[in-house]
Amino acid sequence: MSFMPVILWTDAMIFLLFAVGIAGIWWIRQRPHLLLPWQRLARSPVGMVSLLVLSLFVLVGLLDSLHYRAALPQKNNEQTVYSPEVLSAFDALASGLRSRTEKTYSAPLAAYLYAKESTETGDGKVMRDYPRLKYGGAHLADPQHELVADVLQRGLLGAVAGLLLGGLLVFAAGRVLSIFIVRPMPGEPAYRAHRALQFTILVMATVIGATASLAVSYHVLGTDKVGQDVLYLALKSIRTGLVIGTVTTLVMLPFALLLGIAAGYLRGWVDDVIQYVYTVLSSIPSVLLIAAAVLMMQVAIETHPEWFETSAARADLRLLFLCLILGVTSWTGLCRLLRGETLKLRELEYIQAAQAFGVSSLRIMTRHILPNVMHIVLISVVMDFSSLVLAEAVLSYVGVGVDPSTMSFGTLINAARMEMGREPMVWWTLAAAFGFMLVLVLAANLFADAVRDAFDPRLNRTEAAA
Amino acid sequence: MIAYLIRRILYALPILIGVNLLTFTLFFVVNTPDDMARIQLGIKRVTPEAIERWKQQHGYDKPLLFNAGAEGAKKLSDTIFFEKSASMFVLDFGYSDDGRSISREISTRMWPSLVIALPAFFIGLMVSITFALLITLFRATALDATAVAICVVLMSISMLFYIIAGQFVASKLWHWVPISGYAGGLDGIKFVLLPVLIGVVGGIGASSRWYRTIFLEEIGRDYVRTARAKGLSELRVLFRHVLKNAMIPILTGVVVVIPLLFMGSLLTESFFGIPGLGSYTIDAIQAQDFGVVRAMVFLGSVLYIVGLILTDISYTVVDPRVRLQ
Repeated sequence: MSFMPVILWTDAMIFLLFAVGIAGIWWIRQRPHLLLPWQRLARSPVGMVSLLVLSLFVLVGLLDSLHYRAALPQKNNEQTVYSPEVLSAFDALASGLRSRTEKTYSAPLAAYLYAKESTETGDGKVMRDYPRLKYGGAHLADPQHELVADVLQRGLLGAVAGLLLGGLLVFAAGRVLSIFIVRPMPGEPAYRAHRALQFTILVMATVIGATASLAVSYHVLGTDKVGQDVLYLALKSIRTGLVIGTVTTLVMLPFALLLGIAAGYLRGWVDDVIQYVYTVLSSIPSVLLIAAAVLMMQVAIETHPEWFETSAARADLRLLFLCLILGVTSWTGLCRLLRGETLKLRELEYIQAAQAFGVSSLRIMTRHILPNVMHIVLISVVMDFSSLVLAEAVLSYVGVGVDPSTMSFGTLINAARMEMGREPMVWWTLAAAFGFMLVLVLAANLFADAVRDAFDPRLNRTEAAA
Repeated sequence: MIAYLIRRILYALPILIGVNLLTFTLFFVVNTPDDMARIQLGIKRVTPEAIERWKQQHGYDKPLLFNAGAEGAKKLSDTIFFEKSASMFVLDFGYSDDGRSISREISTRMWPSLVIALPAFFIGLMVSITFALLITLFRATALDATAVAICVVLMSISMLFYIIAGQFVASKLWHWVPISGYAGGLDGIKFVLLPVLIGVVGGIGASSRWYRTIFLEEIGRDYVRTARAKGLSELRVLFRHVLKNAMIPILTGVVVVIPLLFMGSLLTESFFGIPGLGSYTIDAIQAQDFGVVRAMVFLGSVLYIVGLILTDISYTVVDPRVRLQ
């Protein structure tokens, strides 16, 4: 085989989550009463547009989670040896971006290097000038005059191609979807969301088309200190952000659900113990607890290099551990909410009826209480996502975040932070990292708002009247 | 009231012991003192004697939790856990790896932290509450929607961006204030302005939006209708009546944070070179100075518990119906 699939821990987690998501959709489709709030969500233009943007990020993240190790070129009859470098399906797709590295910094869409260099001209003289880039704009004969026209031409061509493709996609998707659902007509509540989605697809297709067409022959967002393409780095960072935002939730959810509902329903000493545990955990400032735990893990990793086959496995374990410890520090809030809600629910008639019928406590908690607190869980999970993505950047800056070899928004910002002081200023790495992070977090926040509006029973007074 | 306070303080003790056990497990059981010594001395040139010497110097040459060789109560007290934890309860934090007294460092470094954190906190609180009340005044209009959208954008921006962009614009482009540094007294004002401003701006989005939902919940109550029926202006209703009644949910989130202001802000202090507790913590994390990190964890949880007690007391101040017993 020419490659060997590698399943890292976080990959497994991501695909588990993905499978759970698919199963959840299937489960909900069967049950009209559960479908109702989702239909409400589908009528919210902001919610649907942000969901679309998020799913684009998720797509990149999923592609970036299919890891493999390529086989090294070998002589006949020898056992296949695999490269120690772990790559992903995304790397394979974007191999052009990954492999075309320059010598050092170059500005976005530039044809020359950022710094002057001494070069020997043909007649033995030494000249100091900005050298041409190896890849960026390499096809131009005279960049000083041709660059702007070429960039405009390629960008425009890409944008038009993207727009056409997007239009085709909207048309095809509309045709396919109309088999399953009735297309909303003007004036219907879902119509605005429908139009907003179509519009967003067109805009995104245009932007992606222009970027892709330029990325073939330029570095659209410049290159960093060692000449890597910043666009590639930023796209790779998406996976880390998604892992932190979602796997953390997966880790903490069982604790919060089990302990929160148990404390609220059983009360007595169980409640006391659980309250004690979460007061202890939440009384430690979370940055410090994370720092302490990560420091400890660093020492453990340094003293046991034999645990890991590849450096990617080590970086991945560190990422997983970061998710674990973030989960440990963040489950207390949800646990407290669930406890409060369960305290309220357990006094209601339907629970008392179940008790009178002799239903066991475990069954009451899982069948009668759990389904009725799920909206709180969903809302708080979606709300937490964006703050976790933001927290990753801060933690990486403090030095207790992901492994320095893992590409993430935090490591990008950390590396680029001192570059603002250079003359002329190197702004593109920071701008790319902050830009991508802003789009991701903003989409997540807007989606969280839409989810809350659709699911919070207190906010749905108008529904009955309409 | 007094009995209540005493009970709360007694209740705090088991929590602090729990915090201590947790950090102790993290620091000493996961990594034995031998590992720590090896890291501190550098991996390469370590002899068993050097490790023993380091452990003796730093007081780590005892059993961890239980000393089987000692007599009576000493079985528990002549251990690393007891020696490193018990002294914390009288706020004696021992020495950092470079040999300085941690307690003294804390007492000198908390002032710069407070100089930045207190104004940022209180100005931020006033601005957010005023902003949120104004949004509530224009509720269900386009202005409301725009303001909420602005809040969401503001809270989606990383704090790192505010700091880096703020330093760039205010210090490098416009030369308003020095880029970083600190001085005591009135000279220090120019160093304080930018960090405080950034602290305020960074927090505005999330808190205004939160206060807005609180105010919107209050505005449907009967007393608001009564106040309007009396002929009070809408502004007066909002700032006098609604604000007063919304104080309880606001205080719940706000008062807990006040004692923690001592700890300073990790990011702001390290970016602006302010010699406060935040930068102290960051330096300790980066130098892997476990003594300092442990001291800060302990201090943080003490301050958090103080915050919880203060929150309860503050309820009695804003709402006479609340009695502590």
